[in-house]
Amino acid sequence: MNIFKIPVLTNSKIAENTFLMKCHSPELAADMKPGQFCNIKVSESDYPLLRRPFSICDAEGNNIYFMFDVHGEGTRLLSRKKQGDLIDLIAPLGNGFGIDDDYDTAVLIAGGIGAAPFPYLTRILKGSKKIVTYIGGRSSELVLKYGLENFSTATDDGSEGFQGNVVQLFESKFEMLKSSDIKVFACGPNPMLRAVKNFCSERGINCEVSVECAMACGFGICQGCPIEKSEVDGSYLLVCKDGPVFNINDIVI
Amino acid sequence: MSTDLSIEIGSLKLKNPVMLASGTVGYGNEISTFMDLSRIGAIVTKSVSLKPRKGNPPQRIVETPSGMLNAIGLANVGVEEFVKSKIPFLEKVHSTVICNIAASSVEEYVECARILDYEEVIKGFEINVSCPNVKEGGLIFGNDINAVGRITEKVRAVTDKPVIIKLSPNTSNISEFAKTAKEGGADAVSAINTLVGTSFDIYTRKPKIKNVTGGLSGPAIKPVALAKVLEISRCVDIPIIGIGGIMNWKDAVEFMICGAMAVQLGTVNFINPTAAIEIIEGINNYCKEMSVSSVKEIVASYHIQ
Repeated sequence: MNIFKIPVLTNSKIAENTFLMKCHSPELAADMKPGQFCNIKVSESDYPLLRRPFSICDAEGNNIYFMFDVHGEGTRLLSRKKQGDLIDLIAPLGNGFGIDDDYDTAVLIAGGIGAAPFPYLTRILKGSKKIVTYIGGRSSELVLKYGLENFSTATDDGSEGFQGNVVQLFESKFEMLKSSDIKVFACGPNPMLRAVKNFCSERGINCEVSVECAMACGFGICQGCPIEKSEVDGSYLLVCKDGPVFNINDIVI
Repeated sequence: MSTDLSIEIGSLKLKNPVMLASGTVGYGNEISTFMDLSRIGAIVTKSVSLKPRKGNPPQRIVETPSGMLNAIGLANVGVEEFVKSKIPFLEKVHSTVICNIAASSVEEYVECARILDYEEVIKGFEINVSCPNVKEGGLIFGNDINAVGRITEKVRAVTDKPVIIKLSPNTSNISEFAKTAKEGGADAVSAINTLVGTSFDIYTRKPKIKNVTGGLSGPAIKPVALAKVLEISRCVDIPIIGIGGIMNWKDAVEFMICGAMAVQLGTVNFINPTAAIEIIEGINNYCKEMSVSSVKEIVASYHIQ
């Protein structure tokens, strides 16, 4: 974990409200694991004041990628970064996905911008595990397929793929997946993660979720991002330091 | 000519006036990966209470214009676990450690100070009588001048180490509290703790933090903090540790000019965890530029007609 200033190579719009930013950093490209994140200072001034946390989306060669939706002043400023601009970030942060467990099929479930950490996970798992991916979005133009493979899609309005949410899509395919030894990786809004947790824990399915949360520091000093533990012992876990990836059995969502 | 950056707070001598504020650096271990803590004037630990505290449920923080609201709720491991698992690290960092104590009764403050007085690595106590985010203690004490006086006297009676009273800005007469702290035997006061604030989502009409209100910190509060420091400086002869929205060395110098003997960095640690080192260097350069041989010459050097 350190502070880096790395140059932007490209920053382009890849969907209605989504950008993909490519930055040059051989060190971070080599060090970061899928599921880890960076805390980015989007402005040189005091507004916005705090850094913004983003999962690493992909790493290839000497470059790393971030995928983000524009939904506030911070992400709006980030979307305006151009080639050559320096990005001030703290990284690598968080724990990352547990990829080495004993399973043969990785089931990736992404809701909206929750797709962000999965291109890198796909890249790392490819070759050693079978990958099945389910991507959900409100409508066709909000389904983020960048860097994903072997996917099926779900949209709330039925404009593409399965009509309904991505967890319903996963549940409808579960009979087919059941014959293999699966591990589920999920990222998306909390109601989606809750549905994934309920489904997987009832069936004893090995499952990790990457949790999104507002943070200040990103490395454990501000105590601003607590998440309830399953085990009641009078303390919380911190999303930034103990996560952002959790085994579903360890947390209450 | 080299500048003397050292300052004294009561019997406590610090190598420079830059301290890390309570609740913004935990117990030092995470931030030590970014900087050499032995270069810092002092570290103030996260508030320690007699029993462990889980803290408030999420959402605990929200950003506001040039600031942030927090309602962490004094989450901490409790004094017993603090001594067992946090002190060994603090012994290794070769920095001056000040332990911040929070409590919900006078007896609890005293008991904590009594237990921690035995720990050699702890060079002083900062008494948190001003946390705005807990139901008992905290701000209730911070607004009760008699309680602040009682707490100061009782803690003073159980330790010879320097005692600093951390004052609340959520009162109209902060210098009266500083005077009471001085009369109770405090070596210094730190000012200010966070200001009570809130923020609502206009669509859900719900508060953005679960506790409804939180403590406002960051550059947004700097002018308020400076005014409080100045007020104390003009009314009470006691060392002041200035806190509130310091982001760079210029802010730190401004606090010192307004009367602060030392400063604490809070919110900036979340954004720039090497800020303390940059600020120490900046103060040093400023002293050279101003041909000041000791940083103490800046303290309360304001010119007011």
